[in-house]
Parts: sequence; structure tokens; C-alpha cells
Amino acid sequence: MELFDFLSQNLADFWSFTGFANVTWEHIVMLAVGLFFIWLAIKHNFEPLLLVPIGFGILVGNIPFKIDAGLEVGIYEEGSVLNILYNGVSAGWYPPLIFLGIGAMTDFSALIANPKLMLIGAAAQFGIFGAYMVALALGFAPDQAGAIAIIGGADGPTAIFLSSKLAPNLMGAIAVSAYSYMALVPVIQPPIMKLLTTKKERVIKMKPARAVSQKEKIMFPIVGLLLTCFVVPTALPLLGMLFFGNLLRESGVTTRLAKTASNALNDIIVMLLGLTVGASTQASEFLTFDTIKIFALGFMAFIIASTSGVLFVKLFNLVLPKSKKINPLIGNAGVSAVPMSARISNNVGLQYDPSNYLLMHAMGPNVAGVIGSAVAAGALLGFLG
Amino acid sequence: MNKKIIVLLLCAVASTAAVFAQGRKAVRINEVMVQNDSNYVDDYGQYHAWIELFNSSFAPVETSCMYLTNDKNNPKMYPVPRMDVNTEIPPRQHLLFWADGEPNRGTFHISFTLTPGKENWIGLYDADGITLIDEVTIPANLPANQSYARKEDGIRNDADDAQAWEIRDGGVKYITPSSNNVIIDANEKIEMFAEHDRNGFGMTVLAMGVVFSALLILSICFRSIGKVNEKIAKRKKAESHNGPVVASDVKSTNADSGEEIAAIVMALHEHLNMHDHEDFVLTINKVKRAYSPWNSKIYSLRQTPHK
Repeated sequence: MELFDFLSQNLADFWSFTGFANVTWEHIVMLAVGLFFIWLAIKHNFEPLLLVPIGFGILVGNIPFKIDAGLEVGIYEEGSVLNILYNGVSAGWYPPLIFLGIGAMTDFSALIANPKLMLIGAAAQFGIFGAYMVALALGFAPDQAGAIAIIGGADGPTAIFLSSKLAPNLMGAIAVSAYSYMALVPVIQPPIMKLLTTKKERVIKMKPARAVSQKEKIMFPIVGLLLTCFVVPTALPLLGMLFFGNLLRESGVTTRLAKTASNALNDIIVMLLGLTVGASTQASEFLTFDTIKIFALGFMAFIIASTSGVLFVKLFNLVLPKSKKINPLIGNAGVSAVPMSARISNNVGLQYDPSNYLLMHAMGPNVAGVIGSAVAAGALLGFLG
Repeated sequence: MNKKIIVLLLCAVASTAAVFAQGRKAVRINEVMVQNDSNYVDDYGQYHAWIELFNSSFAPVETSCMYLTNDKNNPKMYPVPRMDVNTEIPPRQHLLFWADGEPNRGTFHISFTLTPGKENWIGLYDADGITLIDEVTIPANLPANQSYARKEDGIRNDADDAQAWEIRDGGVKYITPSSNNVIIDANEKIEMFAEHDRNGFGMTVLAMGVVFSALLILSICFRSIGKVNEKIAKRKKAESHNGPVVASDVKSTNADSGEEIAAIVMALHEHLNMHDHEDFVLTINKVKRAYSPWNSKIYSLRQTPHK
């Protein structure tokens, strides 16, 4: 009898530690969300490099367990493995490393050849501040509103970097929202682009960009760093790493480093970032009314950003000579989402003129959008940090 | 070669200077109490004069081997002991020393005392005992149980540092040993935006101004660089043709479009890579199955196909 008691007591103890004993409806909802992300990535090929780690991270972060047992398995438990990996997100050092990789992968030639396209990247940042105003109206404090609004920059690492500084409690929702909408760019942007442009505008053919010399490519990251970071030093972690990565690529003497930064290192950080961001969406922290508001604001920010990019090009065309007109279909690429939004410009352009390849032209505002959103994040951090 | 060494040395000197500037030089004497009868008790339960140091930087600073003194002729009066983890001041934090003249009581009990009713000069020297990092002269009229503190933590007045200090009576002006002289209970910037920019319009104008100006500057800069570069390229091209720059040459240079270059490159590629149309090569390699005890499974797991 004693043995039976002993066994049953231990089995009961063991049961209390299992996921079955601790599961709540919130866990089930979050697990379903994780599965949905994985399904979107695998079935529909929506940003699989982001959505697979995030979706799986959501599963990892929402396995129910006995929170008060001090098992050191949860992402928010000091000393747990997940918590150690999460430090890169909470302390904000994953995003700059991703920017290093982006810099090492990105060819800024299109931007250097046609520097006026940078202004489109700046105009698209209106999405951030439109969302900021609405977030304030919805009752968020200015620092929280700033962190949410950065979703409009369509740049996941920037969103994580800024929210870890301004509103760490909302970071999970902001990051997941930013990455979700980035994955949905092919669905969100084309209707806006078609709505805001005329058939005549959509078939504008732009002159091929001039060839850019190696010297200019080397100068770009150095001058870019000095000029932008003198204006916004708070963006230094992001822009510093972006331009450093680009210098590694363009210098011609650090090919090995550029390869590592753009391949192995970038892949490692993307995996860790995606997994831990996903895992940070624990049901208890994530399933709140604020999260719904954040998703709504993020959606709105994307629409405003895409709209302002396209409208800015139309406005810009009013002052440009006829031979130098810009196809407004590249305006949407001003939001970062590299290179997805540039690809969308190209695809929509080809629908109306099969010989009009806009990809290289759209890459200009696209990479300018990366710089622009980092500068906007720096400005928000400077004003509210 | 010598030039290279000189440049490297200069870089090294510049970087060490920068590190030094961000390190110990950031330590400040922040608050002092000369006569302590009923204020703050030390770890022996006794009242003594105290000196508070503040790390004004955003990085930890190690204070061991620095010197505290009240005698300008003897800068090395009290060396802060080594090998004590507590001598490191975290960013924007404090360290309190008891001026009880009893250094045997521990690291934070210094070897001199302060004299009430007299001006007390206190100096903080770096580990070399020569570089004065901070100093303060406590006025003779400082009453008992009142402190002489910086108005704002670690903030110095370079023109006249005495202006940066004030007497604190413990009433409206708190006495704050081992704590901030100014208690910060809100983020002023956020409060300001919440109060004066409720709809976010101000932030939008400001931040979009910043974003536009940063990218506009970059754009203008690269437009100019591009133009200069283009001119240099044209001149070089003209020089390579051994002739002066003529208008027709310039015109022909302008006519080089990306499409033409692509066509030339494609033709060269076709010419240099004379090959069939397939983009792959079929080869038959003999499967080597050298015996090793580590890979012997290969025989059991896979059958060689028979005809």
C-alpha cells in the first residue's frame, strides 16, 4: 500500500508538471497562431526564412509548463537557455548584427547612380509617423506609440531595436506584427499602387542607371555613415553596422569577412532572432487588447507608408523634366522590406508593360528605405529615449 | 614603412586617449558631509564624515589605486585598495567613503578625517598620483549634519566649479549619501511630448524633418561625387585615347548605356565560353568503397544494383 501511495503521489506530481495539466485556452490559441505562421511559410512561401523560425518560436514559447516550479525553461526566466538567447533581442544586439549582414549583401549602386531616389525612401517613412499619431489617439504613451509606429518602417530588426529601448513590454507583439506584414507585402501593396496610379504613369520607362565606379561604392558607406550618424547619432548601432557590412563588401579586400557576414553570421542571427522573438510571445504577455491594437496600427502604418511613397513620386514628377520622370510604381519600395517591395514594383510594372523592368530602379528607394527607417528610429529614440 | 608605423602609433595614442577620457576621468566627488552627529551610520554603527564619489559615465569605472586626499602636498594620502570587487562603480552610480581616519576598518574607511569649522579641500587623483581628476573645497560654514553636494549628479561648472555645488539641509534639499542628488521619477522628454504634442503632429514634423534632411544631405553629396567622378572618368578616357578632350568624345561617352554594355558583355561571354547549350556536365565517377571499420555499414545498408 505504501508503495502504491508513493507511486501515485509521484505520478500526480509528474502530471502537475506536464503541459496537459498547465494548458489554458490562451496557450491553444497561441499554438494555433504558431502553426498558422509555419503553414503560411511552407505552403504559401511567405517569407519562410522569417516565418518558420518565428512560427516555431511561438510553439516553443507557448508549451505550457508549471511556471512557479522554477524549472528555468521559460524565456522570461533568468538563467534559462532561452533567456540567454533572448538577451540578443532584449539588449538589442541581434538587430545590428542583422544590419551587418544586410550591408554585406546589399548593392547600393542603384541608389548611388540616382541619388534623388533617396527622397522616396524618406517620404515612405510617413507611415511611421501617421501610425504614431493614431497610436497617441488610441491612448498609448508617446514612447509606446513611437515603438509601435516603427512597424511602418517595414524593417523587422529596426522595430525590435527600437521597441527594446522604448517599450520592452510590447516588443513581442511589435516584432511579430512587423514581420507578419512584411510577409504580407505582396498582398497589401499592389492594390494601393494600382489605386493611386494611372495607366499612363504605370508604363513610364526610366533611363537605365549609369555605371557606378568602385571608388564611389567604397565611398558610399564611409560618407553615408559620417553624414547620417552626425545627424542622428542614436541610429549608430544600426547604421554603423549597415555601412560597415557594406564597406566589407565593396572594399574588395575583405571578401571573406563580407561572405561570413552575409551568409553564416546572418543566418545564425536570423535563426536566433526569429526563434526568440516567436518564443517571447507567451500567451500571458501576448494575448491582450493592446496586441490587437498594435496589429491594427501596424497594418495602417504599412498602408500609409506605401501610399506616401507612391504619392511622393507623383508629386516629385511634377517638378522633374519629362525625360527624367520616375515611374510611381517604385514609390512603394520606399518602405524597407528588402527586396520584396522592389520585386513587387517590378512585377506590377511588368503587368502593364512586359518590357519595363523596374527592379533596379526600385532597389534605390528600397535600400534608401532601410537607411530612412533606421534614421527615423534614431530620431524617435533621440526624442523619446 | 616608417610612415605606416607612425600612423599606427598615432591611432593607438588617439584610441588610448579616448578610453582614458571615458574611464576614470568620469569619476566626480559628488557629495560630502563634514560633521556627522546624527545623520548616516557606517557599518560599525558610528557617525563619521563621509565623501561620496559618482561615476558620471555610462560604463563601469574601477576606482582601485586612485587616491583620495585632503592635502594638496600629499596627493597619495589614501590609495583605494586593490582586490576588492566593491571598488568598481557601476554606470551612473555611487561609492561612499568614511573619513574616520581608520583605514584598518575596511576599504571604504579612509586614512584622514575632515575638520568641522574649517575649509576642507578634498582631491581625487588618478593612479599616477599626479593627475587631479576632481577637487572640491568645502566651506567652513557648513553646519553639522548638513551636506555639500553637487546640484546635479556629476555635473561640473567648468568656469567656476563652486557654482555647481550647494549646501543641503536635509529639508527640502535632501541629503542623499549613496544615492542620486537629483531624484528622477519620470522621463522628462516623454512627459514633455505627452503634454505639448498630444496629437503627435510636432513629432511628425520634427522627425520627418530629420529623416528628410539626413537623406537629402546624403543625396546631394552623392550627386556631387557622381558628377566629379564622371568628369574624372571622361578625362581619363580622353587621355587614354592620347588626345585632348573633344566634344564628340564626350558625347560618345554619354551614349554608353547599360544595355549596350550588357550586350557587349554577353557577346564576350558567348565568345569566351564556347560550349554546347547545356549548363551541366554528366560524369561517371567510380564509387570508391575503401574498407574502414567506421564505414563498413555501407555494405549492409545498400545493395549494389544488379542487371
